[in-house]
Amino acid sequence: MGVEFLQFLLSGLTVGATYALVGLGFWIIHTACGVINFAQGEFVMLGGMATAAFLGLGMPLPVAIMLALAVAVVAGLLLERLAVEPTRNGSVVTLIIITIGASIFFRGLVQVVLDKDFHPLPAFSGEEPILIGGAAVMPQSLWVVGATAAVVLGLWLFFEHSLHGKAVRAAAANLLAARLCGIRVRFVLLLSFGMSALLGAIAGVLIAPISATYYEVGIMLGLKGFCAAMLGGLRSGWGPVVGGLVLGVVEAMGAGYLASAYKDAVAFVIILLVLMFMPRGLLGRGARSERV
Amino acid sequence: MRRWLFAPRTGGFLVFLVLAVALPFVLPNAFFLDVAILALFNASICVGLNLLIGYAGQISLGHAGFLGIGAYASAILTGTFGWPAPLALAAGAAASGLLAFAVARPILRLRGHYLAMATLGLGVIVSIVANTERELTGGPDGMAVEPLSFAGFVVEGEAAWYWLALVLLAATVWLTINLVDSPLGRGLRAVHGSEVAARACGVDTDRYKVIAFTVSAVYASVVGSLGAHYVGFITPADAGFMRSVEYVTMVVLGGMASTFGAVVGAVILTALPQLLSSFQDYEHLVFGLILMLTMIFLPRGVVPSCAALFRRRRAP
Repeated sequence: MGVEFLQFLLSGLTVGATYALVGLGFWIIHTACGVINFAQGEFVMLGGMATAAFLGLGMPLPVAIMLALAVAVVAGLLLERLAVEPTRNGSVVTLIIITIGASIFFRGLVQVVLDKDFHPLPAFSGEEPILIGGAAVMPQSLWVVGATAAVVLGLWLFFEHSLHGKAVRAAAANLLAARLCGIRVRFVLLLSFGMSALLGAIAGVLIAPISATYYEVGIMLGLKGFCAAMLGGLRSGWGPVVGGLVLGVVEAMGAGYLASAYKDAVAFVIILLVLMFMPRGLLGRGARSERV
Repeated sequence: MRRWLFAPRTGGFLVFLVLAVALPFVLPNAFFLDVAILALFNASICVGLNLLIGYAGQISLGHAGFLGIGAYASAILTGTFGWPAPLALAAGAAASGLLAFAVARPILRLRGHYLAMATLGLGVIVSIVANTERELTGGPDGMAVEPLSFAGFVVEGEAAWYWLALVLLAATVWLTINLVDSPLGRGLRAVHGSEVAARACGVDTDRYKVIAFTVSAVYASVVGSLGAHYVGFITPADAGFMRSVEYVTMVVLGGMASTFGAVVGAVILTALPQLLSSFQDYEHLVFGLILMLTMIFLPRGVVPSCAALFRRRRAP
């Protein structure tokens, strides 16, 4: 019983860490410009698929990963510059449709340029399970959790202690005032899309050795990341992290103890209940969200 | 009489009817008629959804879920349990309406992205249930649906279905344009303009939002039932997230708060993938691109943007 519980907990934390990364991507863009980027899941897919493609060209894994992350970041920057920037004053619904259009476009592009097959990536450091308190953990899980922790630490340092990070927060608080203080708001937007694409791609690369990658992998992961962000609330960066981990663990417990067929439904049932009874998320408080 | 005929509301409705009635006589073959029938069905959903999105200003990313409830109710009740089709359709509509009514109040308190998330979750849960309950729904492979029959009369052939779908759409359009000009419609628009101001003027905003949500859910469910009978096959993807997104896109592309905009959007986005299918692998790429370009250059939607252009031309 205890071992079983530990096993579910550890696998939940692994998956939850990827949800947290995707959720953080939603949070960064939402903070910088109030947009929910429905193409976030496609960055996850781009990260995994591009790595698989570069590996297929015979590159070593670290090089392939670096190039794949670069591809995703470029995609994020182009998305901001070509599609979001021209409609900055559009309504929320318009922006939602644009990012959805972008996600369909990215999926279509990958399907044409690469393929529609499943690609498993090799685990970063072997397939030999490590025993922790009787529960078996794949080394890749440690990579996922460790890298997520490193990213969260990096983000915290960036937003709390760097000038650029403070500029993003200032732009989020008040766009006009930030501009009056000499902050280049356009640069802040570009930066936020680039960072968010990077986070998504990192999640995609980390999870691909565990659950393989293919051109539609981003839909569900994107939705789960959105769940994570909404569950924790978008008021602070800790929201998506807590939301993602909670979501991952509850999902693993639900699949383990209740019904594994309904694993994917767990996230959405939780989010519905939370939104009905705690409409501002687990960590949320303060003003209501904006209207459509 | 003349004034009545040329009013934008009634006049537009007549133009629409004339075009729709003439259409089957100019379409070259059954393939185009098939696309036209699907477009009419989608238009009925969008007209209802537009009440919620365009008039009340609330988004729903889960309406395909209600469509799925209607479709599966018809498929299972007529196929497995041998109910008459109209009864199954009514049962599906009642289930959708009740579900929508039950969740509407807590969900519609939410705004913006939170509302998008909640409705999205609702729709995704329906499609996951359809995916998982294999014994009832056939799981991911989907299930066959019996043809629509009523009192010994079976609706068969593209032509019959076209007229049925057209009657349905005409009824929904007529109902909706009258609804929009009633106190209910004004209440909805007040909610869109400013919820606080509306409430201060004594508009029961929650009630109006619940009505719009429930009505649009019932529309979707009825179309889901009929569409399932017409196509003869349903899969969980029909209730999935991407399908919900398609409906929202149709409404927004056609033009929010414009009933005919919703119809135009549905027709364009139903026909477009059929035309793009000749691009084969490039289909999604081109579709996504068109979606983005339209929203960038016509952010208010096709019909309102064209109407504004037309008005500017006519002005001296």
